Amino acid sequence: MTTAILAAGGTPTHEAVLFWILAPIAVIGALGLVFARSAVHAAVLLALVMLSLAAFYTAEAAPFLAVVQVVVYTGAVLMLFLFVLMLVGVDSTDSLVETLRGQRLAGVLIALGFAVLLVVALAGTLDSFHPRGLADAQGEKGNVVAIAELLFSRYVFAFEATSALLITAGLGAMVLAHRERTAPRRTQRERMLERVERGGAALAPLPGPGVYADHDAVDTPALLPDGSLAMTSVPEYLEIRDARGTQGMLEAGES
Amino acid sequence: MSPDYYLYLSAVLFTIGALGVLIRRNAIVVFMCVELMLNAVNLSLVTFSRIDGNLDGQIIAFFVMVVAAAEVVIGLAIIMSIFRSRRSTSVDDANLLKY
Repeated sequence: MTTAILAAGGTPTHEAVLFWILAPIAVIGALGLVFARSAVHAAVLLALVMLSLAAFYTAEAAPFLAVVQVVVYTGAVLMLFLFVLMLVGVDSTDSLVETLRGQRLAGVLIALGFAVLLVVALAGTLDSFHPRGLADAQGEKGNVVAIAELLFSRYVFAFEATSALLITAGLGAMVLAHRERTAPRRTQRERMLERVERGGAALAPLPGPGVYADHDAVDTPALLPDGSLAMTSVPEYLEIRDARGTQGMLEAGES
Repeated sequence: MSPDYYLYLSAVLFTIGALGVLIRRNAIVVFMCVELMLNAVNLSLVTFSRIDGNLDGQIIAFFVMVVAAAEVVIGLAIIMSIFRSRRSTSVDDANLLKY
């Protein structure tokens, strides 16, 4: 019954409820996107706006577009944005210095004027509209089948052109992201030779930690042949366990 | 409530997106605002399709989504390569073509 009402173009009460809950959320999310300091917050708020738009699509008898909106926009496009944000560095904040003086104020004024223009134009023309709904257009087939029939008949050339566009975009992204190697790749042999020439560092692996009857943890230093502690056998970040007890026992056994 | 309200919402979202394009400096955020504008137009296309009783609007919205996906791929790749050479994503720093 609900689908019948929707398809007939009427707007049932629950759609009004959905609209008046989600529309403020979408507008607040969009404002947050513009005014958020951090780009990651902006991306998350954009996801909020896109998800509420998907809900509007379901309410407007476009379930196919709602699913595409969630999968393509929220799933793919926004994740791409987040990946690039991670590559670029999350803490890259906007500079607050204005290159053009008064640009922000001018931008806000222009946007306000544009909004007034759009809303007045809409209010002037929309009163004569009587929504017809999609019942005639999609018939008994349902939204997805009707869209598929249109897509593969009247819009089939546009659809094929889209595939060419996507392939070109993929190639272009690969070309742009490709980095030519300017110097030959350094091999492991060259890096090892450099290390030997530089000196200082141990060439062989460092000794492992000591293994005793009462301790064998990594913070227990090994004993050198002369009985002193091998300090390099314990990672420098660990506090060396007091192994004098062990050493004392060893000395007692020797004597 | 008539479907007109969706058109008003779409106009408001489009304006907010345009505002973001005008006042933000971070190229990635500017790009997100462009996406917001595309989404707002999609909402009005879907609403027009419902008002007009015609599925063509939904098809056009679908194509807009496809083109937007391709555009995001290329745009982000361009932003990445600019970031590699300039160490910045601010739209003010890419000024090689200025003079």
